[in-house]
Amino acid sequence: MPAFPLPLETLVGKPLMYLIFAIIGFAFGYVLEISGFGDSTKLAAQFYFKDLTVLKVMFTSIVVAMVLIFAMVGLGVLDFNQVWVNPTYLWSGILGGLIMGVGFIVGGFCPGTSLVSAATFKIDGIFFVLGGLFGIFLFGETEQFYDYWWNTAGYLGRFTVMDWLHLPTGVVVLLVVLMALFMFWGGEQLERIFGKRDLKREPLMRYAGAGALTLGALAVIFIGQPTVTQKWTRLEPAKAPLLAERQVQIHPGELLASMGNDRLNLILLDVRSETDYNLFHIHGAQHVPVSDLPALVPKLLVEPPKNSVYVVMSNDEAAATEAWKVLVANSVPNVYILEGGVNQWLGIFGAEETASVPTPAPPGDDSLRYTFSAALGDHYPAAQPVPHEWQLEYTPKIKLQLQRDKSGGGCG
Amino acid sequence: MTTLTPSKPLRPNLSALIFNRPQKAYVHPYLGGFLLGLVLFSAFFLTGNGLGASGGLNRLVVFVEDLIAPAHVDRVSYLLKLAGGDKNPLDDWIVPLVAGTLVGGFASGWLNGRLQVKTNKGPHISTRQRWLWAFVGGSIMGYGARMARGCTSGQALSGGAVLSVGSWAFMFAVFGGAYALAYFVRKLWN
Repeated sequence: MPAFPLPLETLVGKPLMYLIFAIIGFAFGYVLEISGFGDSTKLAAQFYFKDLTVLKVMFTSIVVAMVLIFAMVGLGVLDFNQVWVNPTYLWSGILGGLIMGVGFIVGGFCPGTSLVSAATFKIDGIFFVLGGLFGIFLFGETEQFYDYWWNTAGYLGRFTVMDWLHLPTGVVVLLVVLMALFMFWGGEQLERIFGKRDLKREPLMRYAGAGALTLGALAVIFIGQPTVTQKWTRLEPAKAPLLAERQVQIHPGELLASMGNDRLNLILLDVRSETDYNLFHIHGAQHVPVSDLPALVPKLLVEPPKNSVYVVMSNDEAAATEAWKVLVANSVPNVYILEGGVNQWLGIFGAEETASVPTPAPPGDDSLRYTFSAALGDHYPAAQPVPHEWQLEYTPKIKLQLQRDKSGGGCG
Repeated sequence: MTTLTPSKPLRPNLSALIFNRPQKAYVHPYLGGFLLGLVLFSAFFLTGNGLGASGGLNRLVVFVEDLIAPAHVDRVSYLLKLAGGDKNPLDDWIVPLVAGTLVGGFASGWLNGRLQVKTNKGPHISTRQRWLWAFVGGSIMGYGARMARGCTSGQALSGGAVLSVGSWAFMFAVFGGAYALAYFVRKLWN
């Protein structure tokens, strides 16, 4: 596993983890203040083109962090799948943003800067924070009236610009850097015209910074982003033994017991061919060919319930094992393989089934060893055995592993 | 001939320590941005989370509401998610982060001589008017921030750095909204 981000709660416990967040917050507040963001008139000046500090600080910080993040991801040091990417709720995001823009120019702050201002005893900052608390309270009271819209309109999940434009990560990083540099240049011209600023007094170092950012973006392109195969190769020493020691293959009896266990959020992924899936599949299993799994990963990473357990299945175990590797390489936690696959499931639960006829076939080639007279999918008793009718012996293997040991990223 | 001045009482020295420190200049925006970028990167690198602010304020509001009207909190789905039953809304990474932000802002203000009880405002409005508009603006901002599920820190900076489409759309909307209204509220600032 890439070493970062760190599993802080497991590593140092919650109190120390919260201390680390407090230290990060301290640095955040400190940098905001030394940039002048405790002063509302400086913040507002952005919108009259006189002093574009807001633009410069915000976009510089974004591109610096972005280049560093994706360079570290490319080098395999930072696991992007464990980095919080704000889920996209397009319409509530845009409307909320417009409203925030109004609040910004009327009040002169955003929430973060208002905290810094209040902390330095600026009375307008304090009033803004109080107003902010009130506005938040109002939202809590009124959200229920448009709850459906707020939770579904324009929901695209974990959706990056790379996903949207179908461009490689490095190219997007370079485009964003170039866009930011263009905005800085434009901003300086506006400051010269509207703010009467003498650009010759600006530090020449900024051109070096621009060059460094561009080089950084080019480096990200050059390093590339890890493929699934590369990610698996890095994990193989730690994870392959789990497969070899049969620690992640669960007996059909355990799967049946889990289906009745309310404390688990069970997700069944059937990675066989569509034909096999249509002939017979376990009730509740979704059909996802192995090649489609990477596209499914962002959906699996967007804040699933902590008790989510994924069980992949094929006819025997070959395709399911491939699927397991893909999911594990993508940092999906709690993935298990159905031991013996659908064939073993039918062997146990379909023994009295008249519709399924066992077909002798070479074992282990991951083909379905039963024939069915019709493709009825899960409309068979064997697809949904009644748990209390079966007393099966097996070694239980499911152990819930914490995916994120904090309540996810995101503001609130 | 020199005369000894009478010994000064303790309070002015304390005031000098806190309020009358020499005021330093702000750092250059690109430098501030670079430093902020390092903080943002470190947050993602070490913890997987970015920064944030409105979420912490949100949890504070819900915490107080849960003290005053817990039954109400249990009935409203948005509040329930944060504080339903015996869930503690303050038990979340963003709360220490916001607390740290306050302390960091204070520390910087103190060390750089910018701790001052004053009101920053445009030249053509009164202090009281500024306070009113700060409160109104804050309310609008607070409402919008929760609707957008984050503010400039949590959505624009953090989501922007990891290239979330929604965050970039949000960021342009914030700037768009502010620029669109700027002309109409110019008296507040100019």
